[in-house]
Amino acid sequence: MDILINGIKEALRMIIQGDPEIFQVTLLTLRISGLATLLSVVFGIPMGMFLAIKPFFGRRFLISIFNTGMGMPPTVAGLWVSVFLWRYGPFGFLNIMYSPTAMLIAQFIIASPLVIAFTVAGIQNIKPGVHEQIKALGATRMQTFWLLVKEAKLALAAAVIAGFGAVISEVGASMMVGGNIKGYSRVLTTATVMEVSKGNLEVAIALGTILLLLAYGVTLLLTIVQQREAHS
Amino acid sequence: MRTGLMGYEETRHPPVFGKEFLSHGETMCFFLAGADGGSMFKKFLSLLLVLLLSLSIVGCTSEVAEEAPPEPAVEDTAPEPALSPETPEIILATTTSTQDSGLLDALIPIFEEETGYMVKTIAVGTGAALAMGENGEADVLMTHAPASEQVLVDAGNVIDYTLLMHNDFVFVGPTDDPAGLTDIAEASAGLAAIQDTQSLFISRGDDSGTHKMELSLWMDAGIEPSGAWYQESGSGMGDTLNIAAEKNGYTLTDRATYLNLQNNLTTLAILLEKDPVLNNIYHVMAVNPAQFEKVNYEGASAWIAFLVRDDIQDFIGEFGVEEFGQPLFFPDAE
Repeated sequence: MDILINGIKEALRMIIQGDPEIFQVTLLTLRISGLATLLSVVFGIPMGMFLAIKPFFGRRFLISIFNTGMGMPPTVAGLWVSVFLWRYGPFGFLNIMYSPTAMLIAQFIIASPLVIAFTVAGIQNIKPGVHEQIKALGATRMQTFWLLVKEAKLALAAAVIAGFGAVISEVGASMMVGGNIKGYSRVLTTATVMEVSKGNLEVAIALGTILLLLAYGVTLLLTIVQQREAHS
Repeated sequence: MRTGLMGYEETRHPPVFGKEFLSHGETMCFFLAGADGGSMFKKFLSLLLVLLLSLSIVGCTSEVAEEAPPEPAVEDTAPEPALSPETPEIILATTTSTQDSGLLDALIPIFEEETGYMVKTIAVGTGAALAMGENGEADVLMTHAPASEQVLVDAGNVIDYTLLMHNDFVFVGPTDDPAGLTDIAEASAGLAAIQDTQSLFISRGDDSGTHKMELSLWMDAGIEPSGAWYQESGSGMGDTLNIAAEKNGYTLTDRATYLNLQNNLTTLAILLEKDPVLNNIYHVMAVNPAQFEKVNYEGASAWIAFLVRDDIQDFIGEFGVEEFGQPLFFPDAE
């Protein structure tokens, strides 16, 4: 119990005194996970929308794949990305293994199925016929896209929240493809694991606390906007 | 200083990736402008976009900086032109104990300052580190399992095999010591006592150097450990020690990690030590560039040369004395 209290105290000390290393690790965490979420949204929402409204052969199969992908362990994603990015792997020439870029790719792969699956569910939840109506009114493809986004906005906001929550909290993939390199690819989750392994449990709790605060802050922001929207 | 993370302030290369990305943003802003109604929703999306985009721009540019062509080392003190490195990154695959003890965190900044290299430390079990060497995925290895290392040396996967330092393994266990290890001097006799009394033993079970050492000790004792009293944690030394402390079990640990964690392990004590077979020997070796053309052999050589230098060997020998009253490692390089 003491460890928990001291850990939280330590977290407050790190935040108040602005510990430069913690600040840098936190910033990197936010950058990688924020960008991974953004990329997965840019890719996932159009993809999800396509899967939701366009009937084609193998569509259910694809949706089931993405639904399964929602539960994909980050470690598995990390392993796949590693195999591709290793020096002697197919994309070894890019030379990005053990870098923030590799972590970004892995997190994109983790977040995308969530965004896609949430989008599919959200779009399909719109009253049937809305899509046809929009088309019948002569909307261009872009306008249709935008109107459907508007119709499903709450579900899409949930998709963003779910994607961000998944990547900011994952550790397996970041450890594997980032390497937890000090001052370079160390993020809050991998630093926490390392401190536990070093036996610095209080520092680990402190890092975990900062991570939770960060995740909570961003999610709160998204939720407020989502809920305001729900009642407007 | 590392370039990479904060380096974007210095980079003169246009953030290509970022630009591409911005164009996505612009397209989405265009969507926003084109759509009518739902001003709150617009606000929401704009907010989200601004938030994520601002993050991403910083993120992108920093990543570009890291991929940008290496600039010559800025310090005037950079010793030789050969060391304002052509390939500035060195991947060092090593055992967790060198990182968890804090030794690498102390050594690497000195090395980087001197040479302009950037060391990417991948701290994994010895088995994983050696596998990285076998596949040419690392440039230099620092491990502590001589028998397994010899396999790579014989296969020509690694060269410049260099004795670096040692410390030792110790048996720790519950302070009431049900197997009576305190009265035993030899590791093999100690293991026999643990088996005879069916006392709980926590094995690393992760193919690490420590695990390999433990298995070879069981073999020396002529025992094939199995049964409810023999459990594998499948995790690192720190975690395994925590498990042993919680479950009142015995385990084999390197002294450095144990000393580091001692404060959290009040139910454990060192019960058997100083048997010569318990020496824990660290070697450093370069991955063979003749087998793997992508390895940074120059960097690996620079790192090895650095570690065996007299002043750095002295540094290793003094490391930890201040904090623990005794050194964590004993330098061995010629």
